Amino acid sequence: MNSIVCVKQTVDLQQIRIRKETREPIMENVPLTIGDIDKNAVEAAVRLKESGGGKVTLVSAGSEDLEETIKEGLAMGADEAVLVVDRKLDGAESFVVATVLAKAIAKVGEYGLILLGEGSADNYSGQVGPRLAELLDLPLVAFARSIEVAGGKLKAVRNMDDCLEAVECDLPAVVTVLSEINEARIPAVTQILKAGRKPKEVLAPADLGADLAALDQKVQTLANIAPLQERKQIMFKEDADTAVAKLLSALQADGAVGRY
Amino acid sequence: MGQILIFSENDNTGFELVGKGLEIGSATGAAVAAAVFGTDVADRANEYLNRGVKKVYIPGAGKEALETFDAAAYAEALAQITAKAEATLVMMGCTRRGKELAGRLAEKLGAGCVNDVNGVRLEDGRIVYSRYALGGMTVCSQTVVAPVAVVSVMPATFEQAPKVMPGGDCVAVDFSIKPVRVRLVERQAKTTESVDIAEAKTLVCVGMGLGGVEKVALAEELAKALGGEVGGSKPVITDQKWLPEARMIGLSGKKCKPQLTVCLGVSGQVQFMVGIREAKTIVAVNTDENATIFQYADYGIVGDLNEVAPKLAALLK
Repeated sequence: MNSIVCVKQTVDLQQIRIRKETREPIMENVPLTIGDIDKNAVEAAVRLKESGGGKVTLVSAGSEDLEETIKEGLAMGADEAVLVVDRKLDGAESFVVATVLAKAIAKVGEYGLILLGEGSADNYSGQVGPRLAELLDLPLVAFARSIEVAGGKLKAVRNMDDCLEAVECDLPAVVTVLSEINEARIPAVTQILKAGRKPKEVLAPADLGADLAALDQKVQTLANIAPLQERKQIMFKEDADTAVAKLLSALQADGAVGRY
Repeated sequence: MGQILIFSENDNTGFELVGKGLEIGSATGAAVAAAVFGTDVADRANEYLNRGVKKVYIPGAGKEALETFDAAAYAEALAQITAKAEATLVMMGCTRRGKELAGRLAEKLGAGCVNDVNGVRLEDGRIVYSRYALGGMTVCSQTVVAPVAVVSVMPATFEQAPKVMPGGDCVAVDFSIKPVRVRLVERQAKTTESVDIAEAKTLVCVGMGLGGVEKVALAEELAKALGGEVGGSKPVITDQKWLPEARMIGLSGKKCKPQLTVCLGVSGQVQFMVGIREAKTIVAVNTDENATIFQYADYGIVGDLNEVAPKLAALLK
């Protein structure tokens, strides 16, 4: 069975700094990566391939750096990538991304599963999976913590707020995975080198008949700033006994703990 | 603007949305309607009417398809109700079910969607939604410019609407919903603890730096001395399973507002910090002097938690 994994190119969150004066995130020159949960989705697809055969195709929409970013997913064991590249797709809103991905998926050919992370690393809005299921008119198993494919059916356990649900559905289907589904492998250097030679189809939105300018904006972002953080940042670096005693009297002075 | 439609498969969350919906409605002139699906529909619909909702939509013919939650079926039904109610704002609860539903419904309606909303305000005649972005590092303010907005709001964000004299009515809507395609084989309730760490006045939080499940006792001992509860970061809970899921703090766990939080072996990743950002006082214990957590702490001890935690607990006793 062939699988498609939709991955998102995001900024590496650990590398973002906040500009003190404006409290805005500094997004320039932040390294790009595939989100962690996306890697769990790639891992899940590669494991299905290893046990049951087929191929794994990565599908992604983003800026021109995408060819480089996607390498890690290919190194993890995906076989090929279909990339839709346009500057306007960088940070595009969920409905635009879902629309473009749906059109790209239509080009891939036969598949049994489309896997995604339950939310992206940067925005974690979780809209693309459900929107894609609607656009492609496919069943969706969201928040999967385990999946298996047997006899043309998907069996999955999804982790809901108050319960675990064992579910099944016919293929093809869309699955969004939780990070707890697996531990994503870290590719070896040889795999990374080989990844550069795996087939990549790079398309413009127009190649798919998608006109980004015609997709009306639906959500407008008015501001994106770090909340005020005013912490005392008082450090006690003495030996444990002294440090603990000083901490306790500071907390008592603040009224954070009672007097003993 | 058009009407406001409220839906949540969890009624308590639904009543919170009614509270906010009525507030927006009184400022904009929008009437508030609700939809109730599932079982005990008539009684539950009355509960919404008792809280000031003017119209409650319940399933008439074809209601069997909506007895248990299926996001595809619920989205289909809600799309029809949204049109019937001439709603331009659909507010739901941001549970996992609600989040799947919101994306599906938005796609069906050609609507703009904002999930994980933790604040709603009126500003220059627009409704502005706030949510965390960049893993919780920033707060993003967004407005929906599409004709219809579907938003999902984090549970416990707003106060529930108080009970008032009911003055609305119940409308049954007939549906023919497509057969369910994701079949439920088995549902297993989670063995949830009665503790709600979001309510705790004092928290002891553990991170990967704790070192092992056998060290949880150290945190429990300290929590006991402080009269608080123990919580943990996502890696500690989903990967290591040192603590039950109900005690997870952070972006995908609980957001807590304790008076005092003591963090043991927590590195200070933003996805965790968002869960204790509103703590009054934050104390951090970490062996690494350069750990990020110290930037977010009021008091920091550079030291071994194996030594510091018992000493602090002993002094408190």
